[in-house]
Amino acid sequence: MAQILIKDLYKSYGETPAVRGINLTIDENEFVVLVGPSGCGKTTTLRMIAGLEHITAGEIYIGERLINDVPPRDRDIAMVFQNYALYPHMTVHENMSFGLRLRKLPKDEIGRRVREAAEILDIGELLDRRPKQLSGGQRQRVAMGRAIVRNPDAFLFDEPLSNLDAKLRVQMRTEIKLIHQRVRTTVVYVTHDQVEAMTLADRIVVMNDGVVEQVAPPQEMYDHPATRFVAGFIGSPAMNFLPCKLTGNGSGLSVILSDGIRLNVPANRESRYRDYADRDLMFGIRPEHLTEQRQHTNAEQQDFTCKVGVLEPMGIDTMVFMNIEGADVCARAAPRSVKGPGEDMMFTIDMQNMHLIDPESDRIL
Amino acid sequence: MSTSAFVGETYRKRLIVFYIPLFLFVFAMLFPFFWMLITSIKTDAELYNRRVSPFLVRDPTFEHWRMLFQDTLFLQWVWNTLWVAVVSTGISLFAGVLGGYALARLTFRGSTVFSIWIFITYLVPPALLFIPLTGVMSFFGLMDSRASLMFAYPTFLVPFCIWLLIGYFQTIPKELEECARIDGATRVQAMVKIVLPLAVPGILSAGIFAFTLSWNEFLYALVFLSSPENKTVPVGVTGELILGDVFFWGPLMAGALFGSVPVAIVYSFFVEHYVSGMTGAVKG
Ligand SMILES: Nc1ncnc2c1ncn2[C@@H]1O[C@H](COP(=O)(O)OP(=O)(O)OP(=O)(O)O)[C@@H](O)[C@H]1O
Ligand SMILES: [Mg+2]
Repeated sequence: MAQILIKDLYKSYGETPAVRGINLTIDENEFVVLVGPSGCGKTTTLRMIAGLEHITAGEIYIGERLINDVPPRDRDIAMVFQNYALYPHMTVHENMSFGLRLRKLPKDEIGRRVREAAEILDIGELLDRRPKQLSGGQRQRVAMGRAIVRNPDAFLFDEPLSNLDAKLRVQMRTEIKLIHQRVRTTVVYVTHDQVEAMTLADRIVVMNDGVVEQVAPPQEMYDHPATRFVAGFIGSPAMNFLPCKLTGNGSGLSVILSDGIRLNVPANRESRYRDYADRDLMFGIRPEHLTEQRQHTNAEQQDFTCKVGVLEPMGIDTMVFMNIEGADVCARAAPRSVKGPGEDMMFTIDMQNMHLIDPESDRIL
Repeated sequence: MSTSAFVGETYRKRLIVFYIPLFLFVFAMLFPFFWMLITSIKTDAELYNRRVSPFLVRDPTFEHWRMLFQDTLFLQWVWNTLWVAVVSTGISLFAGVLGGYALARLTFRGSTVFSIWIFITYLVPPALLFIPLTGVMSFFGLMDSRASLMFAYPTFLVPFCIWLLIGYFQTIPKELEECARIDGATRVQAMVKIVLPLAVPGILSAGIFAFTLSWNEFLYALVFLSSPENKTVPVGVTGELILGDVFFWGPLMAGALFGSVPVAIVYSFFVEHYVSGMTGAVKG
């Protein structure tokens, strides 16, 4: 229940930087997900918020308070670890009440809080068991219960679902969302799974190599990625990237992907792209905006022909892979409309959802 | 799973790979005790009679036992040994727990070098160390006192305990402590409430090792102690019951037997923890 403010946060282990200047404001009761590839500094950032890692440079505020030198126990946060970190020599009840007992709360208050949390998490019958006697999903719940009873200013999660099997992970994901709706608190959640990020977050923070690439709500992140990295990271299957040339065609602009594929840029983008005409750029399009030939629903849809490479049926859709001037391209087509490998097929591309990337800065234009 | 059809075969296999080696092992372990026992209850006449089987006792006597307990200071030696072993084990465990924890958990400048140096001090043999230590002890006026051993034994017990416990502390996940510290514990509280309870098997192993090492220690005890009433069991028995080249075999063996009993009791009492301590690792 507090804002978290991160200013120019920097962390290095010896000579190697792990986090290289992060600025971020996390609002009260907001659910923020840090996502990024392995080694990008998510855990390090979270541990600095928790106070488990020394801050090399920069500042972190929780609420109004600068907490750089505040020990973890005085930060009023709770953390759920990837391996749950349940105390093996204590029962579930003792695990959950550990923090409250340290704070010397009255006994009946402790009992009440533990029972409430156990009810929210549906672990009432497990209170007398030891962690060893619990399944992975139950341990996960206990770990969350231990955080909830503390009623902290903020929750920190470090890949809490990555040790669960796929089915349970989806189930717990929904549950975490439900719990956040019931127990409104500021949450910082780390994951490397972009689906988890999309489904849980109020705002996503994409990190790469120690810096923040973009901060945005999930849908905006998906529709308007700021960099090539974000465009490729968010969304599955990933966005296609093809080298292209932007040329003028009379009054408008067009993108040349290959000798045979020349596409018109939507008129409303022309002013944005005008300065980049006649340059080698990178063209980006998501597979779902590249389909089998369809009746056009807007003026910006265009058709082109290409030879089919490999097919990957997914049931609801079939992924069609093709090669355009050396770049692998994936289209998402209706299963019954696809041609066999090696045959020519007509595609419809929705240029309204195109992206152009400046290869020098890797920023989306 | 073995069904009855396979019982014969598995039994033969178990006999060869399990029972026979186990029997040989138990025999080798227990035979010295048996020998000590029968030698201590034989009369001297029977002991030196080469015509009778040495493995049987025809005429048991407790004369040697009486001699050991009444004519020597054996009980005083046991008391000395126990006192020295308990105190030096206590000192070593205290230092070992704190040092092992610090070296396993805290990263400070030179922590790796420091732990290597501790290991090197452990490798210095007592046979080299006893000469300078004698100087130190007489400087502090501790020669011929139990206190000299209480200070001398930790010179090898502390590095030993630290090394054993570094390894054990490292098997305890760091997250447990971190979680405790976020939950509201100080570093010391996290150590006392989370790490130490989980490290009990390791601490017990270190303690048992330290206790037996001090109980059996010979060299320092021989060098530092001279009055009979200050001696420990190993030097007392060998010093007072071997006069020149005369061996009082009966009391000597009785002393050896009663001297090893406390260690055997300590071992069997803690054996369960001890084994799990050696095989390490706290799970879940
Ligand atoms: N204790 C440490 N000592 C030295 N380097 C470290 C340490 N912890 C992390 N690093 C380095 O810092 C960088 C960021 O690590 P971090 O654990 O934050 O990554 P992450 O984003 O959490 O990755 P993952 O998704 O794999 O958990 C990595 O390059 C890592 O090698
Ligand atoms: Mg991580």
